[in-house]
Amino acid sequence: MSTRLVEGGRCIDRRQVVKFQFNGKQMSGFAGDSLASALLANDQHLIGRSFKYHRPRGLVASGPEEPNGLVTVGEGPSIEPNRQATMIELYEGLTASSQNHFPSLEWDVGAVADLASRFLPAGFYYKSFMRPRRAWEFLFEPMIRRAAGLGRLPRHQDESIYEHFYVHIDLLVVGGGVAGLTVAKAAADAGARVLIVEQMPHWGGRTSVDSGMIDGIDAAEWVNQLIDELASHQQVSMLNRTTAFGVYDHSYVLALERVEDHAPISGALRQRMWRMRPKCMVIATGAIERPLCFQDNDRPGVMLASGIRDYLKNFAISTGDRTVVALNNDDGYKTAMALAKAGLEVPVILDSRRPNDGDLTQQVRDLGIKIEFGRTVSSVNQSKGRIRSVRICSQVGEGATLHEVDCESLAVSGGWSPSAHLWSQGSGKLIWDEALSAFRPDLKRPPLQDDGSHNWAFTAGAASGCLPLDQTLDDACDVARAVFKRLALSGKIVRPEVEREKAEPPASTCLSPSGIKKKARAKAWVDFQNDVKVSDLDLALQEGYMSSEHAKRYTTLGMATDQGKLSNVNGLMIMAESRGVEMSEVSPTTFRPPYTPVTLGAIAGDARGSLFKPYRKTNIDEWHDKNGAYWERVGADWRRPFCYLKDGEKVREAVDREALRVRQTVGIFDSSSLGKIWVSGPDAGRFLDMLYTGVMSTLPIGRCRYGLMCNENGFLIDDGVVARIDETSFLCHTTTGGSDYIHGWMEDWLQCEWWNWKVYTANLTEQFAQIVVAGPEARKLLGKLNISDIDAASLPFMSWADRQVGAFKTRIFRVSFSGELSFEIALPADQGAELWRQIYAAGQEFDIEPYGTEALHVLRAEKGFVMIGEETDGTVTPQDLGLDWAVSKKKNDFLGKRGQKRPCLTHSDRWKFVGLETVEARAKLPVGALALGVGLDSHGFSKSIGRVTSSYHSPILNRTIALGLVENGPQRRGDILQFSTEAGPVNARIVSPVFYDPEGTQLNA
Amino acid sequence: MLRLKCPYCGQMVDETELTPGGEAHLKRATQNSSDDELLDYLFNRRNPKGVHFERWRHTFGCGKWFVVARCTVTHEVFGVYKAQTLKPPKSVVDAIANRRGHETQESQ
Ligand SMILES: [Zn+2]
Repeated sequence: MSTRLVEGGRCIDRRQVVKFQFNGKQMSGFAGDSLASALLANDQHLIGRSFKYHRPRGLVASGPEEPNGLVTVGEGPSIEPNRQATMIELYEGLTASSQNHFPSLEWDVGAVADLASRFLPAGFYYKSFMRPRRAWEFLFEPMIRRAAGLGRLPRHQDESIYEHFYVHIDLLVVGGGVAGLTVAKAAADAGARVLIVEQMPHWGGRTSVDSGMIDGIDAAEWVNQLIDELASHQQVSMLNRTTAFGVYDHSYVLALERVEDHAPISGALRQRMWRMRPKCMVIATGAIERPLCFQDNDRPGVMLASGIRDYLKNFAISTGDRTVVALNNDDGYKTAMALAKAGLEVPVILDSRRPNDGDLTQQVRDLGIKIEFGRTVSSVNQSKGRIRSVRICSQVGEGATLHEVDCESLAVSGGWSPSAHLWSQGSGKLIWDEALSAFRPDLKRPPLQDDGSHNWAFTAGAASGCLPLDQTLDDACDVARAVFKRLALSGKIVRPEVEREKAEPPASTCLSPSGIKKKARAKAWVDFQNDVKVSDLDLALQEGYMSSEHAKRYTTLGMATDQGKLSNVNGLMIMAESRGVEMSEVSPTTFRPPYTPVTLGAIAGDARGSLFKPYRKTNIDEWHDKNGAYWERVGADWRRPFCYLKDGEKVREAVDREALRVRQTVGIFDSSSLGKIWVSGPDAGRFLDMLYTGVMSTLPIGRCRYGLMCNENGFLIDDGVVARIDETSFLCHTTTGGSDYIHGWMEDWLQCEWWNWKVYTANLTEQFAQIVVAGPEARKLLGKLNISDIDAASLPFMSWADRQVGAFKTRIFRVSFSGELSFEIALPADQGAELWRQIYAAGQEFDIEPYGTEALHVLRAEKGFVMIGEETDGTVTPQDLGLDWAVSKKKNDFLGKRGQKRPCLTHSDRWKFVGLETVEARAKLPVGALALGVGLDSHGFSKSIGRVTSSYHSPILNRTIALGLVENGPQRRGDILQFSTEAGPVNARIVSPVFYDPEGTQLNA
Repeated sequence: MLRLKCPYCGQMVDETELTPGGEAHLKRATQNSSDDELLDYLFNRRNPKGVHFERWRHTFGCGKWFVVARCTVTHEVFGVYKAQTLKPPKSVVDAIANRRGHETQESQ
């Protein structure tokens, strides 16, 4: 069993008992415990089930590299899944539960997947789900959705607060171990502004865990003194519980500070995202130990040697009375010694290397621990979820058992990989170091700054591959000198005094034994979290996935939330060995951010709820809101009333009422969000002739013209009315959604193509409120407001004029998107609401109603007016929409003219604009419904010959109407087409797109 | 997130202030262009592994378009210049030649 020893534990405070719950069981630990250490103290070794095979799993590591210890924190709706037990600090009332099991952790139905594992090999997903097509939809997808995924999603909104914080510094030091702290101290003393971040709650990294002497005092004490100095240093900021998780383009670095995770307060600031571009960065992130690959190496009780040592020294945890240590490098000896010094039994150290007599070997022997050289573990025996003994074999053989040793715990060490993730994320390269038996940063190919300079990011200490303390400090001093150069600092760099260590080189295989046989390979795990075994890598190679990037994706090796911290290098070594290539020829897979998972809340920061994408509001917004507006978000982030709901009214009823009122008396509409772009200058006319398909230069002053804009492909991108204001000035109206885009589009052509043309543009969209008064009584109503000269002769259709409306100076455009007599009144934005109120008050005698965007759409569809984004989708030309009349044939050039001559756009079977009338007047065609043709298309599907682009209920016609695009549609008027809909086939007749008032009599009522 | 210098403002600005505009120095097809020339203009873009000339607009700033000479592999920036030119200015071409030598020819 795992227990708490009565003495020791440098991180825990035994006077403070902390109660918590795991899987409903009450447990207790001490302040300073991690959830992982507290679980071990309660003999809770089994912590979860594996992702694919649902194998029972226990803790392997003590830090952010832990692959198995994922738990869900919290209860009920406000849960957070997939948190690493090793990274959770224990607090009173913490509730955690294990994942990936049903119905219970101890007894899990999904574990049959383990028995059936030979049916779930690498590439299973790719192979199984191709054929038959239906099986994917009905069998595999639902099954996988239930079985796959780690944990469950929370059901409620996260109440916590997150924020982003920008910081400007000279030097970022990532990692608060001796290497990082040494560089930070030197740079700060020399005057640099330094930020040090450390992912763990404690400073000092490995050195504080492992005993040793620096400058003649205990290493942990030395670290404490240095921390005290730095904490009071004016030039230094220090953040613990903070992970620099990503290095992005041009030296952009993100770090996540877990502000309250160790003592959560509901509704308080939980995490802070630090954003920075440090002038210089030191990556002192240490190294990560690798496991060994032998049969059943995933059994609870098999742990990294460093993990066992951390639990012992930090938390006084014994992972078992007897611990066998299996290693291929020096470091694991320290675990054996720590265990022995704590009074625990180490029956044997299995050192797979040849006999050696390094310093550590001698120290271990002095403690009376037996070492078997050239030996390793072939497999473990387990019962009731715990290992009982290990089988020992020769490293070089095939795994024949030499003898068996009883133990409760097995410490493994397959070597150390420098934690150079940030170096790699910044596009620094890694190189295989044979002597180190690991990938380490290649100093010849470092991350680059935007100016091409390469001396801005450095690794220091173990992250550089300098593992022993004396080498770590040598490296830190070298890096400090490089930092001084980069930041133009000068000052002393003092190397702390430590004893030189005599280290033995590590071995470079993770396979245990080297000749591990086929059956054992199928039970030897490489990636614990994603359940990838040695045999899966064999299969990938056998099937031709030679490149590491391909094999990674095929097997999912290293693709879990731990990003392969323990598995990537082992996987590459196994594949290199199988292929018979040297590791120096293997390129490691690219490290990508984040180093450890980041909550979505932290990424969002303040940008959530109403601040996620704030609405743009017109000046009249408040009136709308008070008068029943049923809001919708429309293009360019505006909110506009979809309709105005009266008491007890349904949306559809309101829309009908509003549309009908415009046709019958008068309606008022807020069109302030309409794009308004001022285009002026001697070449303005010439410029607009290039932008619009029609001719704008000939437009007389005082007149308006409807215009279409196309991209160079010839496809329609925007439309709107252009008004000529004076000889050199035009006001171009765009769609609401298109205002910013079209202004940018104009500037693009003016700045990058016709830069010698004298044209000036300004986006005036927000400068004006615009109010539409539409309906047969519109003119009579405006007459009540003392507006003169708006009769048909003074202000004819498609003209504009400046008119005084009461106290307001306005510009009135006589245009119509409803087919009714209509006036669009523009005035300075801040006066919009007041004029609106006056018109609304005056309109009472005409039963005026405000109408929303949906009634607007109904009215325009009844008239067969196209709408950008409804009838168009980026593949529709003006000609497709029957708008040939708005495309100039005389002009030599305009944007899209050449594109429109492409054979594919002039082809006779283009889908063209039509009206669609369902045979049954109540039946409604859904937008997007396809019209069925005869026969099958090239993909073997039923041939489609058209689609519905708009569909509404028309209250004035008391039936449904639809617009659409149909192959040869205009020539097939009267034909009945069958549309496929979810509710079954619907028949509709091709008709004119103008459903209402085709003569246009209403327009001049 | 890239950080580029707007040649109009003279400021280093974050990518979030900018809008990308694709390959620079495209030659617009004329009405007499062949279908192949048109398709080239519309759809075919260089995708170099190395120095690329690309358009950016300082959308949430001065609103101006400018061109960046950037290595697509390392994000190294060799120079920025205003968009009103048919080809990169000599200073930028020289900067690339100084730092990369052989790549200049391929990129032109
Ligand atoms: Zn600018």
